[in-house]
Amino acid sequence: MDYILQQSLNALQLGSIYALIALGYTMVYGILTMINFAHGDLFMVGAFFCFIVATFLKLSFIPTLLISMIGVALLGVAIERVAYRPLRQAPRVSAVITALGVGILLESVMLVIFPYPQSVPTLLPNITWTIGGVTISLLQVIIICLSIGLMLLLDFIVRRTMVGMAMRAISWDKVIVPLMGVPLNLIISVTFALGTSLGAAAGVMYSQAFPVIDPYMGVLIGWKAFISAVVGGIGNIRGAMIGGFILGAVEIMVVAFFPSTYRDFVAFTLLLVLLIFRPYGILGQPRPQKV
Amino acid sequence: MSENNHPLLLVENLVISYGNIQAVRGISFEVREGEIVTLIGSNGAGKSSTLRGISGLIPYKGSISYRGRDLRGVDAAKIVGLGIAQVPEGRGIFGSLTVFENLKLATWQRKDKPEVNRDYERVFSIFPRLKERLNQLSGTLSGGEQQMLAVGRALMSRGQMMLLDEPSMGLAPVLVREIFRVLQEINQSGTTVLLVEQNANMALRVASRGYVLETGAITLSGTGSELLGNPQVMEAYLGG
Repeated sequence: MDYILQQSLNALQLGSIYALIALGYTMVYGILTMINFAHGDLFMVGAFFCFIVATFLKLSFIPTLLISMIGVALLGVAIERVAYRPLRQAPRVSAVITALGVGILLESVMLVIFPYPQSVPTLLPNITWTIGGVTISLLQVIIICLSIGLMLLLDFIVRRTMVGMAMRAISWDKVIVPLMGVPLNLIISVTFALGTSLGAAAGVMYSQAFPVIDPYMGVLIGWKAFISAVVGGIGNIRGAMIGGFILGAVEIMVVAFFPSTYRDFVAFTLLLVLLIFRPYGILGQPRPQKV
Repeated sequence: MSENNHPLLLVENLVISYGNIQAVRGISFEVREGEIVTLIGSNGAGKSSTLRGISGLIPYKGSISYRGRDLRGVDAAKIVGLGIAQVPEGRGIFGSLTVFENLKLATWQRKDKPEVNRDYERVFSIFPRLKERLNQLSGTLSGGEQQMLAVGRALMSRGQMMLLDEPSMGLAPVLVREIFRVLQEINQSGTTVLLVEQNANMALRVASRGYVLETGAITLSGTGSELLGNPQVMEAYLGG
């Protein structure tokens, strides 16, 4: 029983990271119907921001987190402006290929600056509690609470504010939005800023949990977060959160009961089966195509 | 010439092309303050393109000015802020937003918050149905209710001028009459209207003036009643 509880806690931790990254994929898809394949690499840049700020500026956890989130948000907005906006009217495949290119560019630039894996300083005291047979670390508590807090904040922004309303309107019909007096480009920039800053937060927390980082760390995690978004129903914010936690849970439970090499095999098989029965994802709805 | 003689909206030699196809070929017309002006014509005559040009959604040649101000290069969202509200073709409501959210979104450019609340009440008094369905997702409304919402939304953005793209499309005759009655009411309370319609009969009945658009060019113009009585118009658009 304790073992199950312990693994559930681990699943929650991994799931929060996937969910935070998945939100960035799903938000950009929601407004631009494109997959921002550079998003996993922005997660990586977030981790490196954490490394740089913590190592050279020697700041504590909260300022490091904020600086990383702001830095990556600015980078995300710049990428949209320079690489994606000129292709807004182009076929979506072109935009997706551009995104892949931007991702490779980010990896290569980081590889030039940091040719070797780097070790991120620990920013949080190593405190653990043992309750019954379950061990909880301060880091785990922070990762889970902060992630859920950020998700609630995002959910509030999207559902309750004018900007969120505009984001949902864009995702329904981009062409009409300017006729409401809503500045389309501003809302798209805000969406990129929000999505990429959540990815950066995930990067900072991940680099605290697994402190050796390298420029390719975002590739596999990015793919998994993307799959989480698809499982939840791409374009659906709550779906991305659910998908992230499901993938986290499946992975941890597979490792808990099978050899760890089975992890990706079993996890992805389950997800593929789920998609056969719910091709639009858990919360996704088929939308009639406009003629 | 005194200020009052300037038309509210002046369109001169407007040309709109999609690739090699000219949808609008050098048309000129004007809308004066307080008028209902209609552009009538069949499918593909260039009516919707003209409206898209005015709202800044597509590039054009020629000139469009509003209150003497050249609109070239002005961002579409800013044009709404200048006072041109639009009821888009096919209503264009945001189905994933509630009725209230649709109305609220249209107030984006407005700074006068107390007035906004009064305008909600005005919209609800014109369309009581919208008030009943305030928190319903607008995608679940009937066609007629969606058209009311589209007009209500344009009212919420408080344009001094309202552009409507085929508000009668797909509506039952009784609803069409209702929408046109509301249009006249809105016009009488001070909003200038530019109405694009295939339903020439209804449009010309409410219009102060009209222009007939054929394959991208204006072929006839006159007051609403002149055009209604014109044999060419009767034959082409009113079923003889």
